[in-house]
Amino acid sequence: MELGGLLLYGVSLVTFAGIFAIITLGLNLNWGMSGLFNVGIAGFFAVGAYVSSILTAPPSGGEHLGGFELPVPVGLVAAMVMAAAVAWAVGRVCLRLRSDYLAIATIGIAEILRLFARNEQSITGGAFGIKGIPRPFESMSRAWSEAAFMLLVLALMGAVYLFMERARVSPWGRVMRAIRDNETAAAAMGKNIEAFRLQAFVIGSSFMGLGGALTAHYLKVLTPEATEPLIATFLVWVMLIAGGSGNNKGAMLGALVVWLLWTATELVAGQMPIEWGVRIGYARMFLVGLLLVFVLQRFPGGLLPEQAPKLVDKQR
Amino acid sequence: MIEFINNYFLPGLILGSIYALGAIGVSMIYSILRFAHFAHGDLMTFGAYLAYAVVVALGWPPLAALPFALIGTSLTALAIDRFAYRPFRKSRPIVVVIASFGVALMIRAAVMLIWGVQPEPYVTGIQAPLASFEPLRMQEKHLVILGTTIVLVAALHLMLTRTKMGKAMRAMSDDADLARVTGIGTERVVAWTWVVGAVLAAAAGVLTGIDTQIKYTLGWDLLLPLFAAAILGGLGRPYGAILGGYVIGIVEELSSYPLFGDDPLISPGYKTGIAFAVMVLMLIWRPQGLLRGKVL
Repeated sequence: MELGGLLLYGVSLVTFAGIFAIITLGLNLNWGMSGLFNVGIAGFFAVGAYVSSILTAPPSGGEHLGGFELPVPVGLVAAMVMAAAVAWAVGRVCLRLRSDYLAIATIGIAEILRLFARNEQSITGGAFGIKGIPRPFESMSRAWSEAAFMLLVLALMGAVYLFMERARVSPWGRVMRAIRDNETAAAAMGKNIEAFRLQAFVIGSSFMGLGGALTAHYLKVLTPEATEPLIATFLVWVMLIAGGSGNNKGAMLGALVVWLLWTATELVAGQMPIEWGVRIGYARMFLVGLLLVFVLQRFPGGLLPEQAPKLVDKQR
Repeated sequence: MIEFINNYFLPGLILGSIYALGAIGVSMIYSILRFAHFAHGDLMTFGAYLAYAVVVALGWPPLAALPFALIGTSLTALAIDRFAYRPFRKSRPIVVVIASFGVALMIRAAVMLIWGVQPEPYVTGIQAPLASFEPLRMQEKHLVILGTTIVLVAALHLMLTRTKMGKAMRAMSDDADLARVTGIGTERVVAWTWVVGAVLAAAAGVLTGIDTQIKYTLGWDLLLPLFAAAILGGLGRPYGAILGGYVIGIVEELSSYPLFGDDPLISPGYKTGIAFAVMVLMLIWRPQGLLRGKVL
């Protein structure tokens, strides 16, 4: 039992780390490769989570929109599409301007989506949220279903990673980095900066939506708490910066390391008396902020700094 | 008509005062330090709680605790600049912006650690009765808020126009390189910018507490209107930020006016969305702001 419990715990740890890795890869496409300052991760996460939940959850007797009971894969795809659509709308307006404006705009979108999740009870279930969200492989026994879901997450993460690696070495990725490092020069080469940026923003945000949807299916309940920016936005930023902005392996490593640290401090907090446990929760938040500033100051490249892709020898 | 003023315009003026005080700091820090300071809202929270500590410990009225909050927040802002932001002076500005998110998280966590997460009013018990300005319905606290704002804005105006430091700040905000060439000490100007920004932010936080109550998300929740006000007025334009603050405050309150039928025009739950909408429209239509500020 002891061993089994530990294994299950490890499975849940890896599952979450995998989901965060998907979101961090999305942010890496936004920020690491393209220099787009997206601080509204929580918003795109929420879009994905709510869209997939509403499409797949059983009828709720009118507590929220839903009862469609579509298969989970449909939900996941719809989550990505909707997150991409929202990103497209934001990007059309704000990508022309420099990064600080994008930061404010994405915070604003995330905030409005949070208000929407809270206020529009007939659609999102309001503060009660959505319950009974199906998780794939539920017909199996508990341990196997958890393990199967973990494999699904890891497979999706692998797919996103392969896509990102392909994008990184592709001409498209080179253009993105060129725009990030010297916009004027890239424009002078005849690249349509706005279009490229919009593509990177939309695709990256759709991965965040996928991460949100996977989280909802894993937890099986979804409340507006899930859209709090602390975890969904700031932790992901720390993951990317600590892991190595611009490096896909770094993004995944950062997600794993930071998630391990985050849950480890939760374990410590759990051992303490309640009075202290709550306070340690706040101290963890403080540490996230401190870690972000510290890494930026001392290790601006992160654990695995960005590497330029190898030059391809066309002659061979 | 008088109902309209009492229920929508005056509350807008109160809210606008708070936004204006916060937005000035955002605007000045942007133009002098060249970055969007996302921890500004949390400086407000911190100031509000410092005053709360004095109110609780000494039993003073919040207005008497204000000076402590202003000094304490200024010192904190200087320390934050020294340890969190100064190492980035030579980096790209966007790196400091990320760092400012880290700082925002740290300030908020510190507030939660020290004072907890329960919303607290400064003064418990029955609120002061309506002041007699019939037919205008204004409470004493509203006069306090408007009065404090006027005093602070007047002080800022005198500082910017009459003192050497104020002129140096304006010079640096207009053209940092030119200011440096004429021998203006950059770091001193930066330090004073933090003091001015922190004083106004802390005051805005305390005034929010006087108006309603304080909680740990006080400043974060105001971040969007603050930036909207600063952009609306034109970044780097302190007077523009004041104008922007009042416009956003009044528009937010007016948005729940029952223009058609009896329902509010826009559900009050979405008030924050108004500031955002104004900001996005401004970014499309006139990104330099009303008073011709900088475009990021």
